[in-house]
Amino acid sequence: MSSQVKFTDFKSDKQPTWCPGCGDFGTMNGMMKGLAETGNDPDNTFVVAGIGCSGKIGTYMHSYAIHGVHGRALPVGAGVKMANPELEVMVAGGDGDGYSIGAGHFVHAVRRNVDMSYVVMDNRIYGLTKGQASPTSREDFETATTPEGPKQPPVNPLALALASGATFIAQSFSSDALRHQEIVQQAIEHDGFGFVNVFSPCVTFNDVDTYDYFRDSLVDLADTDYDATDREAAKEKVLDADKEYMGVLYQDEDSVPYEAQHGLDSPMHEVDDGAPEGAMDLVREFY
Amino acid sequence: MPADFNWAIGGEAGDGIDSTGKIFAQALSRAGRHVFTSKDFASRIRGGYTAYKVRTSVDKVQSVVDRLDVLIALTPRTIDENLDELHDGSVIIYDGERTTMQDVEIPGEMIGLNVPLKALAEEAGGAIMRNVVALGAACAVTSFPIENLDSSLKKRFGDKGQAIVENNKEAARKGLEYVREEYDEEDLEYDLDTTDNDYVLLNGDEAIGMGAIAAGCKFYAGYPITPATDVMTYLTGRIEQFGGHVVQAEDELAAINLALGAARSGARSMTATSGPGIDLMTETFGLVATSETPLVICDVMRSGPSTGMPTKQEQGDLNMLLYGGHGEIPRFVLAPTTVAECFWKTVEAFNLAEQYQTPVYLTSDLSLAVTEQTFEPDAFDMDAVEIDRGKVVDDDSIGDHRTEQGQFKPHELTDDGVSPRAFPGTAGGAHMSTGLEHDELGRRTEDTEMRVKQVEKRDRKVETARAEEDWSPREFGDPEAENLVVSWGSNEGALVEALDLLEEEDVEVRVLSVPYIFPRPGLSEAFESAEEVVVVECNATGQFADVLEHDTLTRVKRVNKYNGVRFKADELAADIKETLEA
Ligand SMILES: Cc1ncc(C[n+]2csc(CCOP(=O)(O)OP(=O)(O)O)c2C)c(N)n1
Ligand code: SF4
Repeated sequence: MSSQVKFTDFKSDKQPTWCPGCGDFGTMNGMMKGLAETGNDPDNTFVVAGIGCSGKIGTYMHSYAIHGVHGRALPVGAGVKMANPELEVMVAGGDGDGYSIGAGHFVHAVRRNVDMSYVVMDNRIYGLTKGQASPTSREDFETATTPEGPKQPPVNPLALALASGATFIAQSFSSDALRHQEIVQQAIEHDGFGFVNVFSPCVTFNDVDTYDYFRDSLVDLADTDYDATDREAAKEKVLDADKEYMGVLYQDEDSVPYEAQHGLDSPMHEVDDGAPEGAMDLVREFY
Repeated sequence: MPADFNWAIGGEAGDGIDSTGKIFAQALSRAGRHVFTSKDFASRIRGGYTAYKVRTSVDKVQSVVDRLDVLIALTPRTIDENLDELHDGSVIIYDGERTTMQDVEIPGEMIGLNVPLKALAEEAGGAIMRNVVALGAACAVTSFPIENLDSSLKKRFGDKGQAIVENNKEAARKGLEYVREEYDEEDLEYDLDTTDNDYVLLNGDEAIGMGAIAAGCKFYAGYPITPATDVMTYLTGRIEQFGGHVVQAEDELAAINLALGAARSGARSMTATSGPGIDLMTETFGLVATSETPLVICDVMRSGPSTGMPTKQEQGDLNMLLYGGHGEIPRFVLAPTTVAECFWKTVEAFNLAEQYQTPVYLTSDLSLAVTEQTFEPDAFDMDAVEIDRGKVVDDDSIGDHRTEQGQFKPHELTDDGVSPRAFPGTAGGAHMSTGLEHDELGRRTEDTEMRVKQVEKRDRKVETARAEEDWSPREFGDPEAENLVVSWGSNEGALVEALDLLEEEDVEVRVLSVPYIFPRPGLSEAFESAEEVVVVECNATGQFADVLEHDTLTRVKRVNKYNGVRFKADELAADIKETLEA
């Protein structure tokens, strides 16, 4: 079936309620194209969405999917994949969802290295709750809840991922359609946790981190001779305070995903009609 | 000589009290004696008083009592802590050479056996075996054939090699011989018979874990917390043999969300925790119910609120399990009443979860969790396990549950409230599910009519279950008695034994032990035909009593215990009698 899959097969018939011009449109298109291009179809794909404008993505896509509670999409995705390693699992959410309320899970999802992709629509603001500072907002970014700016350094998701032992770290920009799709595809194809931080501008509440800003400032690693398998080079890049990068910042080509480490190779949905064969041995153990 | 025999070993945490106690309990069980164990322990790893108690009889035992016949005291505090349970004629085994035990005075008419545990252990190969020397001494006191100890020593130390096992056997024999040589056997009146019966010995957490595997559970995610951790420990290394997997999550939020994810993949899935963990899981609990995901969530209760008394008994979470979560959430709440029922209710919980696509709270408590009890192996007859996965559709049958446009309806409005379920991978079943209110396709809606229909659909599942399933209580005692005693959870064993004691005092009682908190049996008739109703529970406010008063519009009397210690049979009999007379 997969050969005939078009990316629009991943589209639901719900019209997005995102603001016209929202970066999430482009982010979603890249995700759908990436899934189709890597040979998946809606029936073998599971999308887990967080909560936020970004989290609405599950509703606009067509696949097996769940729209969870705020900040907890990653463990749901891991559970889906562990219980059925044959599924293609993609988790999506926002910067608030992933790096604030869900920051703990982020660190552990990275460490766990389940073979799934994680797309964070980073608009450096809380969109759905109407414009409060997010963990990636700039120190001086003025919002209703931070009139003088948060006065604390933003979370550096790439550095956090690297420090936590990530096996795939990438950054993309929703309006650079081709590059974005390419990067998402690489994350899907990576054997392990494919993390992509996507700059996905909020045109309604963030007038600093705009399309123009990213277009002008992002450095595409594809235009350089950067070696993404070099962890030392990655350290330098993710900690670079002067520049922001697009592309794959780090990939461990020897990554062994969680499922392989734990021998999870088949779906767990089959259950015997009664207790499994040999279950009486469990009782005998208590003699 | 009393029909049953009560034995304990006590000392400081870190003294190996638990494993020594368990070795003796296993030896008794293998010798065809019934065993019921309990633990006094504090929330510390080293230091602090801790004890392992064993009540044993050739008859069934289901409770602890206020009596100790033989005590191995590794510290003076062990004697002090148990003074009210010791009696004239109790035997206290201690090592008078141990610095802390040198000035110990054996109270009253009790018999002190001063056994050089450490010195004898060293003779057998190492001081570490002093507890085993004490077990040998206990065999001498009770005329319990020491060969029975050998196989449980092998079970405990077999992994460490044959030499270690032999040294331990030798240590036990040194204790036995020392007592035989130094003390007059006539003073030591206890006599433990053996039988040919085969029993298994396990605790409630283990029974829940075993029930989960029996029910085809393949996925478990949890975060360690007393007293639920043993469920995870049990499953680890075992569930894999049946194609399953255990994840130690980063916290309870992750645990329940991992379990939810696995359930959506179609696996029978479970998490277990204790009160504070349930608090953290509550938000996702609502999502589980709204997305109609089958999930078993086990709450092994301990004393609350907050971190409360982590190592103490309580049944204080009932209201949270019944009502916890924002909005209104249909759910099932099952509460096994015995260790064996921990197994069967777990099996039932998985069936209910899938038949009704609803979260099931399976609640046990610390007393069940840490109590090891003997059963005939038949009590866990795997052939009797039945599995019902509910309305799962496959590639062929899915066609009946699609719209004209070919979209699958995971939240289809049905008469019984249960919708079709398609595991991911089912062709043409792709669908979205959400914690937002949704339509039949699972898509967000704020349509007032659809909202009402979906709420009613979810509630209808409970009505269907009420009609379809058997929610009866377990009944004991005299069915004609004027006095009715109702209990839930782990109090059943103590209550059953209290019945005999009450009978001796001419108090006739009918007992209903209720394993279903929601839905629960209708008790109006039973309440009306009773003169007095007493509800027994381990909490201060009488949460179950409140619920039953509300159901039956009848005032009940209450027996509540909330000091952190489970009911003892003799104490409970006295409390019930007093309450009935008040
Ligand atoms: C437990 C909980 N707390 C708060 C909220 C409210 N809430 C919804 S979305 C959101 C922030 C979303 O920000 P982000 O993840 O950056 O996504 P965006 O909307 O910007 O795409 C918050 C705080 C919630 N739904 N649940
Ligand atoms: S508020 Fe911002 S993030 Fe949300 S839809 Fe509008 S533009 Fe997008």
